[in-house]
Amino acid sequence: MSGRRANAAAQANGELEGAAPLFAALGDARRLRLLARLCEAGPLSIVRLCDGADISRQAVTKHLRVLAEAGLVRGARQGRESRWVLEPAPLAEARSYLDLISNQWDEALGRLRELVEH
Amino acid sequence: MATRDDRIEKTALLRAPRARVWRALTDVEEFGAWFRVKLSGRFEPGARMVGRVTYPGYEHLTFEITVDRMEPERLFSWRWHPAPVEDGHDYSGEPTTLVVFELEDVSGGTQLTVVESGFERIPLARRAHAFRMNEQGWTEQLKNIERHVGTPS
Repeated sequence: MSGRRANAAAQANGELEGAAPLFAALGDARRLRLLARLCEAGPLSIVRLCDGADISRQAVTKHLRVLAEAGLVRGARQGRESRWVLEPAPLAEARSYLDLISNQWDEALGRLRELVEH
Repeated sequence: MATRDDRIEKTALLRAPRARVWRALTDVEEFGAWFRVKLSGRFEPGARMVGRVTYPGYEHLTFEITVDRMEPERLFSWRWHPAPVEDGHDYSGEPTTLVVFELEDVSGGTQLTVVESGFERIPLARRAHAFRMNEQGWTEQLKNIERHVGTPS
């Protein structure tokens, strides 16, 4: 049991590494909007992504690059133009913030149980 | 364990009467023992409680909550900044989450439900920081486990 917990903890430790760039990439409203569009309507070309955006194509390209570096999107060449595709896996990682707080509650409630039952 | 993107919900069946669980939740000394925090004063609605975290590896942190509601032996709730990881950082301008404990009689004891909600309002940057700091916490936990495993029970 304890060995399993230690393994789980070691695994979680490894998973946490490198989470910060992901959150940095997500910490911008324009990038979140780009992700939302790719999620709903992707893959999309840069031209389509710029449609209705209140920023320049240059700025959109820059934001896409940040997202790509964090592994959130990737550009796929289709004929003459690139299309941008959402990579969903890292978004699942963002959820683990709640898992982490959830684990802290489990531990705290375990201690509460010991206190009131003994 | 039910978790959605914006809340955490826990249910535990405790083999103890409701009055006993209520005391463990709302007596500052008892609360401090299991929540790992050193507090003084009394919990009462509207009270701002400030103390020191006693959890190994987190002793440099301040624990701070504002009590929301107290309905004896039924409901206890507070607001706080989840995973407060930076000592001396002013969190007052940041959104809080609401923690609600609810107690219910069930056969064999008390059913305790804990719901922490409002995570959708926590800035991503704060979440990322909590992640990084928690990595240290995990390392500390590993040491605790090792110590535990090394001690014959």
